[in-house]
Amino acid sequence: MKDTAAIADPVISARDLQLVFQTRDGPVQALKDVNLTINRGDFVSFIGPSGCGKTTFLRAIAALEAPTGGTLTVNGMTPDEARQKRAYGYVFQAAGLYPWRTIAGNIKLPLEIMGFSKAEQESRVSRVLDLVELTGFGKKFPWQLSGGMQQRASIARALAFDADILLMDEPFGALDEIVRDRLNEEVLKLWARTGKTICFVTHSIPEAVYLSTKIVVMSPRPGRITDVIESPLPRERPLDIRDSREFIEIAHRVREGLRAGHLDE
Amino acid sequence: MRSLGPVLVVLAVITVLWYAAAVWLNSAWVYDQAVRAEAEPPSFGQLVPLTINQERPVLPTPHQVVSELVGSTFGMSITSKKSLVYHGWITVSATLLGFVMGTLLGIMLAVGIIHNRAMDLSVMPWAIASQTIPILAIAPMIIVVMNSMGVQGLVPKAIISAFLSFFPVLVGMVKGLRSPDHMQLDLLATYGATKSQTLWKLRLPASMPYLFTSLKVGIAASLVGAIVGELPTGAVKGLGARLLSGSYYGQTVQIWAALFAAALVAAGLVAIVSWVERGTLKRMGMAR
Repeated sequence: MKDTAAIADPVISARDLQLVFQTRDGPVQALKDVNLTINRGDFVSFIGPSGCGKTTFLRAIAALEAPTGGTLTVNGMTPDEARQKRAYGYVFQAAGLYPWRTIAGNIKLPLEIMGFSKAEQESRVSRVLDLVELTGFGKKFPWQLSGGMQQRASIARALAFDADILLMDEPFGALDEIVRDRLNEEVLKLWARTGKTICFVTHSIPEAVYLSTKIVVMSPRPGRITDVIESPLPRERPLDIRDSREFIEIAHRVREGLRAGHLDE
Repeated sequence: MRSLGPVLVVLAVITVLWYAAAVWLNSAWVYDQAVRAEAEPPSFGQLVPLTINQERPVLPTPHQVVSELVGSTFGMSITSKKSLVYHGWITVSATLLGFVMGTLLGIMLAVGIIHNRAMDLSVMPWAIASQTIPILAIAPMIIVVMNSMGVQGLVPKAIISAFLSFFPVLVGMVKGLRSPDHMQLDLLATYGATKSQTLWKLRLPASMPYLFTSLKVGIAASLVGAIVGELPTGAVKGLGARLLSGSYYGQTVQIWAALFAAALVAAGLVAIVSWVERGTLKRMGMAR
């Protein structure tokens, strides 16, 4: 793995970002004064309790929510322009595969919409299936796969059109711990092989610490960043790194950050 | 197979009740005859054979209806004016044409409603209002108006069918096209999908279970529409014509046979739709 992170190359940059939802009970400040720079090749985790704005921030990057103040750029463009340039793939908490399409058919969905040729679609499908270790499952239907395999297929779908940013919103939140561990390992491998920038929303402290080069701790009401931790862990991480002293120290700092956010209330 | 027993019991009970009702309702005519002949009123034992085989009974018995049904279905050439197959086909062809027209209309209106706020607010009240009009009142108008435009026969009946069958399709499809959740729509938004791509790739496939439920209601409604559409045409052809000519000439057996034929056709059409539904949804991985 070449160390690209050494050269700072910002891909996502938020300056004084504000996002206010108008609800029936009045305005809700979902994001307040968010300042954050994400560099190319970073693996950034967003962690915090419900309502802290971590998913909202991810959705703002994906142009699914419009900020009400401040600036947000993706690859130097507005999020909407970046979407048209196919800058990112989005992975949701549920795999959301179409039951009427095979796994290969599901992965082709974005390719069909973006107008790739039939031959190009086929070659991309087999490449990303290989990347998520689902080779040979292309002709299966979603209901024939386990939950973990379905989520891997949805990651393959997000990778198919070569976005350099992968936005993952609690992708393994609905899976059991053992499957989750294995998928975490696989995501790290995938990240190493593709060199993508990954933004990852999670509830789990060990997951955040294990995966990330940068951990963003957030707190609710109003949604804001309370701490940004640059992880000193090496890029290559076997599962047992989680028993190391460094790992435990970072996890401790994340926990402290989360607690501090709660004491403010 | 286990459900066969209860089904047969219910069928037997209905048959017994039907015979009892026939004897009771048809006895008036027998007593009347006895009075005119100045004879003794018949005993119960003499009454039964005199009530279950009358030529123009108030209520025909099951065996009369079945033999009329079988006789006029299989007992004659299908081009004969007395063949139920001939009349049945006339009605079914109008039903199918009206069903296709109604289904397409329902789907198109539903697509309009989910894409256009003005249509969302304006079409539904009219669609509901259209279904509150008694079809018997509007059917002759359609026939007369179409006739003045030189259109006769199949098409006016199909229009009446479509008038009844578009509604369940419209209601079901509005719900079906709106069934994909936010996550599914957001996913397509991240791909920059257009509205028509969203419709073809997500909304329409997702609406299939709703569509088939509506089609089963719609095809039965189509048949009712076609039969009603045959009544004001002067009763020439079709199951509706058989019902009407039967009532002109007091042929109650003929009316009941036509009614049963209509019921069997409706059951058959619904069964065909169900069969297509099972196959389609199974292939789409949406079978319940």
